[in-house]
Amino acid sequence: MASFVDRLIRRKPRSAERARERLQLVLIHDRTDLSPSMLEKLKDELIQVISRHVDIEAEAARIEMMREGREQRLIADIPLRHARHTRG
Amino acid sequence: MNAKVITITSGKGGVGKTTATANLGAALASEGKQVVCIDADIGLRNLDVVLGLENRIVYDLVDVIEGRCRLSQALIRFKKIPTLYLIAAAQTRDKSAVSPSDMVRLCDELRPEHDWILIDSPAGIERGFRNAIAPADYVIVITNPEVSAVRDADRIIGLIEAEEKGPARLIINRVNSEMVRRGEMITPDDVTDLLAIELIGIIPEDEQVIVSTNRGNPVVLDGKSKAGLAFRNVAQRLQGNKVPFLELDESKGIFGRISKLIRPGGN
Repeated sequence: MASFVDRLIRRKPRSAERARERLQLVLIHDRTDLSPSMLEKLKDELIQVISRHVDIEAEAARIEMMREGREQRLIADIPLRHARHTRG
Repeated sequence: MNAKVITITSGKGGVGKTTATANLGAALASEGKQVVCIDADIGLRNLDVVLGLENRIVYDLVDVIEGRCRLSQALIRFKKIPTLYLIAAAQTRDKSAVSPSDMVRLCDELRPEHDWILIDSPAGIERGFRNAIAPADYVIVITNPEVSAVRDADRIIGLIEAEEKGPARLIINRVNSEMVRRGEMITPDDVTDLLAIELIGIIPEDEQVIVSTNRGNPVVLDGKSKAGLAFRNVAQRLQGNKVPFLELDESKGIFGRISKLIRPGGN
């Protein structure tokens, strides 16, 4: 029951949890050869291109790598601003 | 007979490739199957000492490939299990002495006379690794529940897929159930989830592995060893038999489940 007591006194997370979280990130970047800084750059460029065509909320845009088994997926969540006039 | 060729690899060194090769070979052979273990780690051979055959090597892998002996002369019989053979790696040469097509040719020659051919791959992702996987019908990746070993395993799994030898199967070696219980070692479930390939073995950490290796005996011959039992179970799974995974530790059942409920986001 050591773990239960640890939780009660809010000790730092145990090392296995840290290992799992760190590995999740490391594996995503190893598999895609896309570093966090490149991902950031990609995000900026995507926002530029998209905002040329639609009005978006650039500050709220998120681009993340998702893992599905051994497949990696790039997920972009880009909120659009309310259009000034709707077309029907 | 038409042998299946299995290559055991890992990326990182020292995680238990040679031990796994020797023990899976011994487990399959002790059921009466004709088994050849090939040490593909040229220049750093070790499968011979793990099997206690170091004094019986006359010809090695490179001698066969370069035609200095017949194939049968390089097959060293393990006396305690008469259907288990070793082809040793050359110790004084380097990996460039063998090519992937040499390995394919060698295994094709061995296939008709055997049930299983197990290849012990060198660590790394270079020539030696490519030699070892070239003839494989399928590949087993072995890892330990540690960040560096899991990371390298992931890399090697990607390379195996790129070489169209995938999907690889996974053995997690040296699992310390006490550390897992305390939350200080990644669980086999987590490793399998991260690597996302089929799990075929969880081998508990077991002093008997070192004790048997000291004597040049595979640990599967020790009826009391937990690691030995786990390796015998992997051998069963390789033959298509469904065998449940060992409970790592009797207390893990209930405590493991409780701690998972308590740990936020812990599943």
